[in-house]
Amino acid sequence: MSLDAEEVEKIAHLARIAVTADEVDALKSELSGILDLVERMGELDTSDILPMAHPLDMPQRLRPDVVTEENHRDEYQAVAPAVENGLYLVPRVIE
Amino acid sequence: MSELHEKSIAELSAGLAAGDYSSGELTRHFLERIRRFDGELNSVVTLAEEQALAAAAEADRRIGAGEAGPLTGIPILHKDIFCTRGVKTACGSRMLDNFISPYDATVVTRLKEAGVVMLGKTNMDEFAMGSSNETSFYGPVKNPWDTDRVPGGSSGGSAAAVAARLAVAATGTDTGGSIRQPAALCGITGLKPTYGRVSRYGMIAFASSLDQAGPMTRSAEDAACLLAAMAGFDERDSTSVDRPVDDYVGQLNREVKGLKIGVVKEFFEEGLNPGMKAAMETAMEKLKELGAELVEISLPNSHHSVAAYYVVAPAECSSNLSRFDGVRFGHRCDNPADLEDLYKRSRAEGFGPEVKRRIMIGAYALSAGYYDAYYLKAQQVRQVIADDFRKAFEEVDVLLGPASPETAFRLGEKSDDPVSMYLSDIYTIAVNLAGLPALSMPAPLVDGLPAGLQLIGNYFEEGRLLNLAHQLQQVSDWHLQTPEGY
Repeated sequence: MSLDAEEVEKIAHLARIAVTADEVDALKSELSGILDLVERMGELDTSDILPMAHPLDMPQRLRPDVVTEENHRDEYQAVAPAVENGLYLVPRVIE
Repeated sequence: MSELHEKSIAELSAGLAAGDYSSGELTRHFLERIRRFDGELNSVVTLAEEQALAAAAEADRRIGAGEAGPLTGIPILHKDIFCTRGVKTACGSRMLDNFISPYDATVVTRLKEAGVVMLGKTNMDEFAMGSSNETSFYGPVKNPWDTDRVPGGSSGGSAAAVAARLAVAATGTDTGGSIRQPAALCGITGLKPTYGRVSRYGMIAFASSLDQAGPMTRSAEDAACLLAAMAGFDERDSTSVDRPVDDYVGQLNREVKGLKIGVVKEFFEEGLNPGMKAAMETAMEKLKELGAELVEISLPNSHHSVAAYYVVAPAECSSNLSRFDGVRFGHRCDNPADLEDLYKRSRAEGFGPEVKRRIMIGAYALSAGYYDAYYLKAQQVRQVIADDFRKAFEEVDVLLGPASPETAFRLGEKSDDPVSMYLSDIYTIAVNLAGLPALSMPAPLVDGLPAGLQLIGNYFEEGRLLNLAHQLQQVSDWHLQTPEGY
């Protein structure tokens, strides 16, 4: 597996991580090396194997649909980068 | 009389009850040791002195009132992956350098209720991604056995601190070996419990289908004391297992005569350091003397575990770490042009290179058209690996092998080559993929450096593993070996 610069840029976009040209250059070989390692699992024939859904074969637990949490908005927003009137601030989305 | 930092949890608990010393004195003793030694080791990233002294005072009140449990007043450290209310929780990352957690992880709550005193938080690989503690935003941790060497990772700060006796014990987390490998490299005992045994609530998520928290201690007995308080059902973790917790301490003295131990053939093949192999053989002889029966056993697909892991773990991390968006908490870039710029630059600035690599590998593996080839295939490989273990446990009670292929490597030795770093976890990863419990405990030193003996149990057999390790520690002194100067 050998990724080119365009592929690395596309992956970085999917991951929402800004990358410089130098970083793209290094990532091409680093990510390709990791994918080479990963692709060794192709040596194992798994055509009849059910993929593991849970290590203990446990189903997801359900609970009654009732309110269990108190309101912690002020505490949780105290660690936010920018808030106003109980709302999180982000750059303008709609002009 | 041995010094306070050389005593076991049971000895300290008895000393506290007898009034030989107070939890306040004990706490100050360890705070002093951290100040004295940690400048060089860098194992503690946040010291919570004020909170620790307040908790010690409360512990002393409980002890005086006859309300103490076995952990009341015992000073420990938490890995900085556990959210601690009112105390900085940075997970080794610039992304969370400004994060004061508004709540406690369940592990932290449970240990608080047991009366434990938290001295502070330990250094770790960024978001638990690493095997050497070199990916931390707060700089590498040094191994107290040789400060030119790594302590292992990702729970490297916890391992180094316990090895240097800077705390009685510490918590760790293990996604692919992050408790066992640093425990091995620093010469302590570390247990990764069965998936779902310890709550993941408030433990910053890396790979949710693999992550487990566990104790890191100087002996199996101490690990049993700590696990007893950490384990148990938690409604706040959807994968927590609703099943009674075994009496780990009560089981420690069970006889191990007749126990059938499978020596994993594949863990003794090429790549294993010869000195390490000899150390394992010495430990195996001791187990035979205890009356255990050792047989060779095969996990024929275990060599596929690293490949499958580096799909599953990155895929889950790319999803889990998408929450770091620069909006609700964590690092935010200056002057974002628009929302996409806010996301991209906040993440580029907040995450280090290894975390970025793993997020990107995960994003790629989960992207349109690749799901079957990567994630689905990895989950199939995972099933094959779990089936190997299932078959092995039809033949034997416990599996044995080294916890890592070599002793602690030098700082910088593998940090430029991600793949060579990944291969330092070849003996630990299969256990996480299968969700099994396993521990690493000290074997004889190899060239003056610690070597870890790994014991793997069937699901929920933590008690059996701790029992076997404890019995071995009754007839050997490898766990008492201390790095010089500490």
